Amino acid sequence: MTDEMITAGIDVGAKFAKVVILKDGQVLARAKTLMGFDLLKSASDVFEMALKDAGLSRGDIQRVVATGMGGNAILQRPQINADETVSGVVAGAAGAFQVVPTVRTVIDVGAEEGRGIKVEGGKVKDFVINERCAAGAGTFIEAMARALEVKVEDMGPLSLKSVNAIPMNAQCCVFAESEVVSLIHSKVSKEDVSKAIHDAIAGRISSMVLRIGVEKDVVLIGGCALNPGFLPPLEKELHTSIIVPEFPEFVSALGAAVIAANPQR
Amino acid sequence: MTQAEVKTQEYWRWPEYRFTIPDRDWHNASVITAGVDIGSVGSKAAVLADGELYTYAVMRTGGVSEDTAIKVTGWAMEGTGLEVGKLHYVVGTGYGRVNVPFAKKSITEIACHARGANYIYGSTVRTVLDIGGQDCKAIRCDEKGKVLSFLMNDKCAAGTGRGLEVFADLISVPIQELGKVSLSVDQEPPPVSNTCVIFAKAESLSLLRQGWSKEKVAAAYHAAMADRIVDLLTRVGIEKDFVITGGVAKNIGVVQRLERILKIKSLEPKMDPILAGALGAGLFAKALYEKEQGIR
Amino acid sequence: MKAHYGYKDGSGDYFIIIDTDKCNGCGKCVQACPFQVLDLIPNEFDIEGGTMAAVKEEHRKKIKYSCAPCKPVAGERRLPCVSACEPNAITHSW
Repeated sequence: MTDEMITAGIDVGAKFAKVVILKDGQVLARAKTLMGFDLLKSASDVFEMALKDAGLSRGDIQRVVATGMGGNAILQRPQINADETVSGVVAGAAGAFQVVPTVRTVIDVGAEEGRGIKVEGGKVKDFVINERCAAGAGTFIEAMARALEVKVEDMGPLSLKSVNAIPMNAQCCVFAESEVVSLIHSKVSKEDVSKAIHDAIAGRISSMVLRIGVEKDVVLIGGCALNPGFLPPLEKELHTSIIVPEFPEFVSALGAAVIAANPQR
Repeated sequence: MTQAEVKTQEYWRWPEYRFTIPDRDWHNASVITAGVDIGSVGSKAAVLADGELYTYAVMRTGGVSEDTAIKVTGWAMEGTGLEVGKLHYVVGTGYGRVNVPFAKKSITEIACHARGANYIYGSTVRTVLDIGGQDCKAIRCDEKGKVLSFLMNDKCAAGTGRGLEVFADLISVPIQELGKVSLSVDQEPPPVSNTCVIFAKAESLSLLRQGWSKEKVAAAYHAAMADRIVDLLTRVGIEKDFVITGGVAKNIGVVQRLERILKIKSLEPKMDPILAGALGAGLFAKALYEKEQGIR
Repeated sequence: MKAHYGYKDGSGDYFIIIDTDKCNGCGKCVQACPFQVLDLIPNEFDIEGGTMAAVKEEHRKKIKYSCAPCKPVAGERRLPCVSACEPNAITHSW
């Protein structure tokens, strides 16, 4: 890694685009924006935000690495001109290793995908992806929040107040919405329903992570890590404590920025 | 013939109805049985006189299955002079089959559907595809309607009536017309790439925004649904004659696409295919009653 | 008769297939499964009756997750239920 090298990582996710600007292993700026209909515009906007925050211009950034669902779309496009794309698995592992060097298992749960990554010496050894089914990722919690008529950010705190564990039968987001409505009609409290929702998704994510084996330290990243209700059922299912780093939703973008700074890895 | 008022205010709600076959009379029958099929979305009751369909009703399943069972059976018998007490044997089936309080036995919906399809379409039926409100079943059967292989998918909303309801709401088209709308395209567009209803919905929204017509988006969605259903059918194997039952059998957009992909025409039903489960249950009821009575 | 228990969703096809013509109702698969996914139930498809192995109702719609621990990404895969079944009545589609 060259001294004074400034790099950027951009993670174009399904719901949010995240940027991290890195210099010598120090984060200079972070920026995040909702993905709009125009992928390129959202990506450029968030990139501009980060540059502004850091007091830099595009020319100051030596290398940019992109990741996420929209990563390929912004490769070598004007404004951002990403040099390279890496998969979310690689970026997530690199970012987690950067913030928790003792990491062996990464759990990355975003809006549309959930992943388990086995890390050895900072490199990806195995991974499992739970994709293309809304019930396995953040979309599930959002959809249930709508059915419960509760703000998404309130779902976690609600679930933590629950005193009863009730099972959810529906395994599909669409069917679960109806089940939530009928649970409420049966006078089940919103707290208990929210807990059931968090238990359900934690169960799904845990089963998938068990396929790569769970070894400490276990690190949780991605947007869902911001949800305080997500961690307790996950720790319970996996029988281990889990570390949630600061700014967990930015860890993949950070990983991309780290990779940008180490092209000979 | 009495018919329920058609209630089509909300785009996703389909009409409820009942029907009594005009030139049949239960008074002359020696065995009167009923099959009650409580589905997660729709409930059906079929009353049979000596193993022939006599009267039936179809309504939306309410919050309490037991009440729906009583209601739909009562509605089927309305105006005929029949009542539950006069039925010799009742079999319950469907998702809520254990909630038919006056049923003597409950039998899996798979077995009932195969038996009912054999009645509705004849003994040449070998492959039954049932697309219901919240599930999709593929059944291989023999000439007697006995099940040889089956597969039921009720985990995922894609490929079920529920998926279509979500879609009907999305493009603001009444669900009964969705199939026709999906066929009103000059050229079949590529299917939506996401099979998950949630993701397909988002994808469809973005297609609409790109200027795709309702018809084109409907076609893309129906195409994806048909592909998905064919995958499931292929697992149990497809053998002629092939039939489609369940509420979604009325969606010509799905039916025509399936026939096109499989290169088989599905048989035309002699009566409402939504009754397959209830009919099969009613026929099992007759067989079980006769077995009980020692009649052979 | 071949009973397919499971589902297809956006992420793939997951079915446990039990051939009831081969299944002798011995219940060894039920014992072998570390997660109690299987059970013995009455055979409603045959007028004669008998028992057959089946996936429990509570697992049928999440079979991908229920069976995930027996299907590690790396290393050898040994399915206890399949190994336990002498007549080879059980197969997994994934």
